[in-house]
Amino acid sequence: MISFKVNGRRYEVDVPVETPLLWVLRDTLGLTGTKYGCGMALCGACTVHVNGHAARSCVMPVSEAIGKEILTIEGLSADNSHPVQRAWIEEDVPQCGYCQSGQIMSAAALLAANPNPADADIDQAMSSNICRCGTYQRIRSAIHRASAMMSQGGRK
Amino acid sequence: MSEIVNLSRRDFIKTGVVATGGLVLGLYAVPYTGLTGDAVAAETPYNPGAFLRIGADDTVTILVNKSEMGQGVYTAIPMLIVEELDCGWKKVRVEPAPVAPVYNNPMIGAQITGGSSSVRTEWERMSKVGAAARMMLISAAAKKWKVKETSCRAENGKVTSSSGKSMTYGQLADLAATLPVPEKIFLKDPSAYKILGKPIPRLDTPEKVNGSAIFGFDIMRPGMLTALVARPPVFGGKVKGFDAAKAKAVPGVREVVEIDSGVAVAADNYWAAKRGRDALEVVWDDSPWAALSTESMRGQYAELAKSAGAVARKDGDPEKALASASKQVSAEYEVPYLAHADMEPLSCAVDPGPDHCEIWTGTQGQTWSRDAAAKILGIDPKSVKVNTTFLGGGFGRRGNPHSDFVVMGVHVAKALGKPVKVLWTREDDTRGGWYRPFWFNRMSAGLDADGNVIAWRHTIVGQSIMAGTAFEKIRVKDGIDPSSVEGAKDLPYEIQNILVDLHSPKNGVPVQWWRSVGHSNTGFAVESFVDELAHAAGKDPYQFRRAMLASHPRHRAVLDLAAEKANWGTALPEGRAQGIAVLESYGSFVCQIAEVSLDLLRHIRVNRVVCAVDCGRYVNPSIIKAQMQSAIVYGLSAALYGAITIKDGRVEQSNFNDYKVLRMDAMPIVEVHIIKNNENPGGIGEPGTPVIAPAVANAVFSLTGERLRRLPMEPGIYV
Repeated sequence: MISFKVNGRRYEVDVPVETPLLWVLRDTLGLTGTKYGCGMALCGACTVHVNGHAARSCVMPVSEAIGKEILTIEGLSADNSHPVQRAWIEEDVPQCGYCQSGQIMSAAALLAANPNPADADIDQAMSSNICRCGTYQRIRSAIHRASAMMSQGGRK
Repeated sequence: MSEIVNLSRRDFIKTGVVATGGLVLGLYAVPYTGLTGDAVAAETPYNPGAFLRIGADDTVTILVNKSEMGQGVYTAIPMLIVEELDCGWKKVRVEPAPVAPVYNNPMIGAQITGGSSSVRTEWERMSKVGAAARMMLISAAAKKWKVKETSCRAENGKVTSSSGKSMTYGQLADLAATLPVPEKIFLKDPSAYKILGKPIPRLDTPEKVNGSAIFGFDIMRPGMLTALVARPPVFGGKVKGFDAAKAKAVPGVREVVEIDSGVAVAADNYWAAKRGRDALEVVWDDSPWAALSTESMRGQYAELAKSAGAVARKDGDPEKALASASKQVSAEYEVPYLAHADMEPLSCAVDPGPDHCEIWTGTQGQTWSRDAAAKILGIDPKSVKVNTTFLGGGFGRRGNPHSDFVVMGVHVAKALGKPVKVLWTREDDTRGGWYRPFWFNRMSAGLDADGNVIAWRHTIVGQSIMAGTAFEKIRVKDGIDPSSVEGAKDLPYEIQNILVDLHSPKNGVPVQWWRSVGHSNTGFAVESFVDELAHAAGKDPYQFRRAMLASHPRHRAVLDLAAEKANWGTALPEGRAQGIAVLESYGSFVCQIAEVSLDLLRHIRVNRVVCAVDCGRYVNPSIIKAQMQSAIVYGLSAALYGAITIKDGRVEQSNFNDYKVLRMDAMPIVEVHIIKNNENPGGIGEPGTPVIAPAVANAVFSLTGERLRRLPMEPGIYV
């Protein structure tokens, strides 16, 4: 049995230890908000937080999650109240939406580490996440907007 | 819940009754000539709840007959209905429509999202759906209050009378459902629009920021297995034999079955299926295409381009004019095969029954998907239920005319006899074919002594996308696949002598429409070559184009707007240059001015793009801006990096490491300027795509003097 916390809840799962965390989240726990895009940590669609840091769950064996706290898009807030989600809504960022869970998780991790990022910081942090619809410009704006909200006390 | 039902006027007359339990909106038969040349709506059956349902709780549910793949159609179609219905925006919900002829795309004669056609083809029909419903709700209120309809008005989800009575649409829906359909449907004057033309937030955003939006990959049903399919490494290859022992030894693998296109490994979950497929041993029988390579094709295409092809357009006497020119210019342009690389790889979930079948997939072509499944299973198409999920990108790939990914899913389900979802890995998706064709262009032109273009010749070489599809018989005429020559045949530049001809060689690589289709090639070739001619004539590329577009005011308007906003012709910082391109596609006009520089390693950096677009009357400027940004990113990925290459019949790329796409750190600042006019609506998903490659290539020439005639511009630059 492998034991870890996801979105504040403790889970015990019986899966091969090398199974990537992504597939445990999606297929075992039914948390399909985290997406598969490449399986090689190239696109960032599978981004989750592991103990508060952005991680690519498609290449992370579930054994590495033992005893750790995982946060997925479903746990960021179910009611879209997190500043990053609010900013995403206000900027109307998503197009097809498939990459956006990963984008939002990367952005939330960036803002947690750097509450007031410059464009260059955003470019650096967010270039691990691919968006084929090309929402990059609105993502930039949304991150600045979320940053402003958080500095005004909007942080959860 | 009452249903407000819409069917064609013709069918209403034919059936002659108001169907029970529904309010029938007697809408006109859609007056388009479709792909088949027939009036498409002729066979539209009665279909309950076709587009609109109003609940007792005032919820307005709109069934959208288009697939949401990022282009915003789950917002644009509701806006058209809601503007006329006047029900407010907050209680509007969207459901994907099922498959039925009433949902057909009148341009194509099937239920298809493609060709940047949704708003263009549905503006009038959806407006009438909303307006008819509003008129019937007014009638219901008038009847209830025993007053004249003219003393009632419907607004913001309520009908009110001049004497102060008021009821919500939800309270009136039951009675409205029993009333006759208005003979004449009155539409609002555009000056009274409340939401059309405004940047209304997308309806699908909230569920796309919390992980709850369901895509094809996310489908889970009780007892459903997950399968991956081992496919032949060479297009057209077949299974010679396979040994499933090692695959079956992987815990969680349930079955290994052969289908016509490979060997499927079905398991309890993705990871078991993946490990099982990795362990599977298959011996392949390569097809005759095992010798194919990009290099050999390039030689063959260049050779073909020297001979005369099927003539798509001939004006005047181009050969004579070329011979008499005081200056001749020739150039060859080449674009590679491209994968669509949708963010979500393909998938299809299937629950097969003895005489029915249910499918969940992100398809752009519901009718084709349904019919393909029915054929494989030998059942009535009406017994196939297609559930359209959100599409994690489309770009044409999910509108495959053969529904290849649905066919694969249904074959696996049939072989297993149980529910299964067939997933594609990124590698499967990249190597799975159905690419934008590899195209070669040979261009020649003649200038007179004043630098005017007096002759233009454009020879195109590339596979026909329509060949082998249902479109071939209907649309391919005299050897010309219209999608191969679009943008070339309809060259807007006012030149007296023009020849456009086409060679359509065949080979084993499956090809398909890719966002902007033929324009993605001809746009690059034409707009680069025009730029070459401007420089050969010693003229400004903007003014040179303008002078040749005297009777093309909409081209001129976007050229002028972009030039003004980008300060065309004024000095730029050292190390920067601008390039311009303009073209019409899908009924819209786009000009882009790219500002580029080179980084320390002399790689191209696109710093800024100014984009002017005229798409006629429009629905939502926020979505238009997003689509222009999107098209620029998509086109720029292709222009800078994108290439699928073939060696020994095998695709050389596999994932985002060797099929590079644009990332945030290379994103230019994009400014979009929309022209406001009252022209017919044009498309918006594709028209921005083909403009960026030539704009960048022209800017690079201006900066470096090097003319980039083969895409991608930065081959082999991988992450």
